[in-house]
Amino acid sequence: MGAEAHLPVRAVPRPPADGAPDTHYPIAARGDEAGLLAPSTLAASRERAGIGRMVSGLVLALGVLALVCLASLAFGARQIPFETLVQALTNFDPANGDHAVVHARIPRTVTGLLVGAALGVAGTAMQGVARNPLADPGILGVNAGAALAVVTGIYLFGVAELTGYIWFAFAGAALAAAVVYGIAAIGREGATPIKLALAGAALTAGLSSLMNGVLVSSQDTLDAFRFWQIGSVGGRGWDAIGAVLPFIAAGLLLTLFTGRLLNNFALGDDVARGLGQRVGLSRAFTALGVVVLCGAATALAGPIAFVGLVIPHLVRSFTGPDYRWILPYALLLAPVLLLGADIVGRLVALPGEIQAGIMTAVIGAPVFIWIVRRRKTAGL
Amino acid sequence: MSAPAGALAGRAVASTPAVASMPRHRARHRRRLVCAALAGAVVVLFLINVLLGTYTVTIPDFVRLLAGERIPGASFIVMESKLPRAVVGTLIGIAFGIAGSIFQTMLRNPLASPDIIGISYGASASAVAAIVVFGATGLAVSASAMLGALGIALLIYLLSYRRSGRSGHSAAGARLVLVGIGFAAMMQALVSYLMTRTDIRTAQDALVWLNGSLNSSNWDRVLILAASLALLLPATALLARSLRGLEMGDDAAAGLGVRVAPSRLGLVVTAVLLAAVATAAAGPVAFVAFLSGPIARRLLRGAGSLAVSALVGAVIVLAADFTGANLFPLYLTDGTSLPVGVVTGALGAPFLLWLLVTANRVGRGG
Repeated sequence: MGAEAHLPVRAVPRPPADGAPDTHYPIAARGDEAGLLAPSTLAASRERAGIGRMVSGLVLALGVLALVCLASLAFGARQIPFETLVQALTNFDPANGDHAVVHARIPRTVTGLLVGAALGVAGTAMQGVARNPLADPGILGVNAGAALAVVTGIYLFGVAELTGYIWFAFAGAALAAAVVYGIAAIGREGATPIKLALAGAALTAGLSSLMNGVLVSSQDTLDAFRFWQIGSVGGRGWDAIGAVLPFIAAGLLLTLFTGRLLNNFALGDDVARGLGQRVGLSRAFTALGVVVLCGAATALAGPIAFVGLVIPHLVRSFTGPDYRWILPYALLLAPVLLLGADIVGRLVALPGEIQAGIMTAVIGAPVFIWIVRRRKTAGL
Repeated sequence: MSAPAGALAGRAVASTPAVASMPRHRARHRRRLVCAALAGAVVVLFLINVLLGTYTVTIPDFVRLLAGERIPGASFIVMESKLPRAVVGTLIGIAFGIAGSIFQTMLRNPLASPDIIGISYGASASAVAAIVVFGATGLAVSASAMLGALGIALLIYLLSYRRSGRSGHSAAGARLVLVGIGFAAMMQALVSYLMTRTDIRTAQDALVWLNGSLNSSNWDRVLILAASLALLLPATALLARSLRGLEMGDDAAAGLGVRVAPSRLGLVVTAVLLAAVATAAAGPVAFVAFLSGPIARRLLRGAGSLAVSALVGAVIVLAADFTGANLFPLYLTDGTSLPVGVVTGALGAPFLLWLLVTANRVGRGG
């Protein structure tokens, strides 16, 4: 009855582990066909070639983002030809209807740009901090906190307009994240990834329950809330954008340069500590950036969940696991996804529109699944 | 079952360093203790649900009712409403607890419960579509949820399946999760969209279903659930050994003689079916599947156990239903009762958080 009885020793031939880089692809075939270069030169030149490729990829991503921004200004219920678009941007004529349409679309595009960038970077950093491919910015309890705060605002204080939601959402997000981090940080090792993920998911569960309790018993609240909840970049004015812009800028500054820290986290807390990193401090620092970004994005656009979760995986499939590259790519490509989804949402349901929060999942998920199937998923 | 299971639990524990120091017999002792305590809690909560609440039944009356005697009034309320409701609650708690725990253990990720990897959302989207688009009620919604759950699960499995070969199959688990996330997002978007495209009354009905509710429990549902569990629970017991192997990683499992691919298929099918029948019976009762596993693991100081997860699930659902149906109306002004799924998170989450806070010395046994 001992455990040994259940432990058959059988040697099973195994194919090479999946984590090994490109095992099916001979190393010599990647750049050094003849194998003539000395090992050190080879490594250096490959690294240089890699950097060149990565940088040109970033430039390409920037170009795509610029195109998407222009498309976001041009397409919609009323299509604007390119020349008119350029005129409207360079030489604005208030009397021209087309120009007015373009200008009306600017805040929407800026919102998509800011929210997308914030969610992409926050999602990447969060997966690194929690060392968990299922972690999204919402895992710190941010989305649930924001949602519960907005529901409370609607239910108790009758808040009805978007600028009112912003501060409720932001306060709720910050509070929830602080609680999650506080709970995870109790104990000998501080906030380990597993405690962080569990505390976040548990608090999310609790807060969602409270929120649903209010929603089930108050029809009016549900009616207002269901439209905030799906997440949209439309209808945000400059005042709302101005209110969250400083937070997003600060959050991006905090988070965008944590690539090296995240790389060390990926090796495990002990190794990171061995490399001289102050694990607790740098984790708290990165998490602060995530909370600020995600709270601001949620305050501005409502809970848009998919972007932060998926962009890191998409990016990782061609950058590999180095966060110093994943972060800038996420910064540029997340808004491409969000704005692209918003544009399609404006076009498919004319004369109405489908909100970006819905379209990101509808468009992004099939692409994501396709990439997951095609590529080997790079681990964390 | 208990002796080898105990021994195996001891072995699984070895993967978490903090618990490795605990002698095996003490781990087994603790496991029995926790099991007994939870089973006791389930019985007590079951009786509280049946006997107390808005309509109180005395124990002698209850025994007479069970013996087949008819007591005017009490007969109907107990036999047609409270008893089936409590039975359905217990059974779905068990089913969700096991389903969640299987996914979390197999994929080695505490966040990987059927809620998150798409299956519940498949059921939700299908059911909400039935409610909103076709005006379905009752059993039709259940059937639709069941179809949705199974359909999505099948799609996820097919799309994440890749003939092993040059890449091996060690990423199969990760791919399953990622494809599941993709589907979860799509289905959730569909639900949100449908919720905004219908009148507020239907939206509220859909919201109640989305949270999970035991209001429509009856003996038919009990029968379907009990029959399904009678098939699925033995299957789970058979697969539990491979699950403990897979928990240590695919390679280690293969080294232990577990046939990785067929075991994984068997476990996925069992867990999906458990989640699907439970969801069909009462809706995707929120967070039971997610919370049960981690709570069980922390009660056992790091070791996982499907039996304990099942009991934790049943305790959460029964306690939540009593709170939502009987305690809340006492304090809320308009006297409406809350569906069980609205309360499950509010009860389970603080408990898990409390366990996280108090488990200072158990470093990372999640």
